[in-house]
Amino acid sequence: MNSPSINTKQVNVINPKPKRPLTFKKVIKTSLTYGTLLFVTLIMVGPFLWLLATSLKSGGENIFSYPPQFIPEKITFQNYVEVMNFFPFWRYLWNSIIVSVVTVLLNIVFCSLAAYPLARMQFRGKTLVFVLIISTMMIPFQLLMIPIYLLALEMGLQNTYAGLILPHATTAFGIFLMRQAFLTIPYELDESARMDGANSFQIWWRILMPLVKPSIVTLSIFTFMMAWGDFLWPLIILNDTSMYTLPLGVNTLAGSFSANWRYIAAGSIISILPIIIIFAILQRHFIAGAMKGAVKG
Amino acid sequence: MKRNPLTPFLFLVPGLIILGAFIFYPMLHAIWLSFTNYNIVNDAEFIGLENYQALLEDPLFWKVLGQTLLYLIIVVPALVVLPIFLAILVNKQIKGIGFFRSAYYIPVVTSMVVVGIAWKWVYADQGVLNYILDSLGVISAPVNWLTSTSTSIFAVMIVTIWKGLGYYMVIYLAGLQSIPDDLYEAADIDGASKWKQIWHITVPLLMPSIMIVTIMSSISAMKVFEEIYVMTGGGPLNSSKTLVFYIYQEAFEKLQMGYASAAGVVLFLITLIFSIINIKFMNKKENVIKG
Repeated sequence: MNSPSINTKQVNVINPKPKRPLTFKKVIKTSLTYGTLLFVTLIMVGPFLWLLATSLKSGGENIFSYPPQFIPEKITFQNYVEVMNFFPFWRYLWNSIIVSVVTVLLNIVFCSLAAYPLARMQFRGKTLVFVLIISTMMIPFQLLMIPIYLLALEMGLQNTYAGLILPHATTAFGIFLMRQAFLTIPYELDESARMDGANSFQIWWRILMPLVKPSIVTLSIFTFMMAWGDFLWPLIILNDTSMYTLPLGVNTLAGSFSANWRYIAAGSIISILPIIIIFAILQRHFIAGAMKGAVKG
Repeated sequence: MKRNPLTPFLFLVPGLIILGAFIFYPMLHAIWLSFTNYNIVNDAEFIGLENYQALLEDPLFWKVLGQTLLYLIIVVPALVVLPIFLAILVNKQIKGIGFFRSAYYIPVVTSMVVVGIAWKWVYADQGVLNYILDSLGVISAPVNWLTSTSTSIFAVMIVTIWKGLGYYMVIYLAGLQSIPDDLYEAADIDGASKWKQIWHITVPLLMPSIMIVTIMSSISAMKVFEEIYVMTGGGPLNSSKTLVFYIYQEAFEKLQMGYASAAGVVLFLITLIFSIINIKFMNKKENVIKG
């Protein structure tokens, strides 16, 4: 844990300074840094760890003991086995995957299609169109949810994937992000492709899209997180529980087993596993994406 | 140029259809509904400003509006300041720092429903929070954090802040990494303390990120819903109800679509103020509109 030698080495790689001897003060400082980091980690993941601990406690154990017992006396997976009987995890997972993946794909295509002329063509009304699109970022979904709900009812979109996906299929943020990405690419590329006989669609798909992959990744992660975690809209548009996404599924579970904390805890842990796994694999992109999103707008 | 003048619009069509159908049209429809007594069962009937008048006369509306502003006043400063310290803490080139950054980001990726469930457990009478405060001698008897009118909204705020920390930390981290190291080295040589360095170097150079975080966190604080829905249901006695929760209940529980739309328009107007500041700021900083 206390590895001041590594600390010194790392700093030196970036900032060659005369090597200072390893002092007592330095050891204390490094321990203090790691101590603080671990303390904050405990605050940030503590509630989840306690949920995990509860989910692993057997029925014979008092989960309301005071002082709270963190480590289960005997770890059991029985709660998980039993909760799977009431909690159609695979069904909810499937719904969440369909909704999120299709939302991401539609956003990539629609946002970058719309961003292309806004970044690289001259036409009448361009500024007006762009300002109109950007201004939609100011409109809270909570104002729109009533008319969108009425519209979705009329279009027969209640309890359908289309109803969950379409309202989020294009976002002003996505158009803005893709436009910024297209603006950074030299114009000469378009011109030379046009000389070779490429049309606008081919330029967009074959030349520009491959060059903005990092922005596509950022857009995908943002959209995915939005779609995966969305709660309010699915809550409104769905009343058929077989169409529920994971957050709604867990919410129902919590409602119907309000007395059985072990089941609720187990169901909650199962429901966050997929996103935690995706995050663990792609965490670099998640964090880089959030940083880029912030810098860009 | 021999290009077809329609080409730009062909590219714009799919996106504009979606935005038109699910933002522009609903926007106008919502404003229209706010002047009607629509309740799903009967046809909409124009009633002028009656909904707005009823809103102003509804003590519950003023209560939730006040609580929404309270949310703003407490949550926004916390989310502007605390993540700066987190970002400074993780902006180090030491072993395992990637692990800590990821750990702090986990609440951001987890669904609010599960976050709410986990915190309900923390806040329980026999829960960890009461135990810790009890052991430290801060409280003498367990506090009913979520079921007492004096604490419920603050308990929910802590969850909103806690879930947002990691996200804004990463935004600050991007800002911190653009500050050149030599500035700190020079300050070190001059013998400036760490606190002085934060105040005189980090904070001024982080200003653009601070502005972005202020605006983003204000807009999201205006729209708080899920944590309240999951943890308190707005109670007890409406003590943790905010504007969006109120709109949701009026629209989808009481089916007062016209009335709820009027409350939505109020929400929009308040958000608009923050967004205008946003656009002004972005315009000055990056000139985005002209590109």
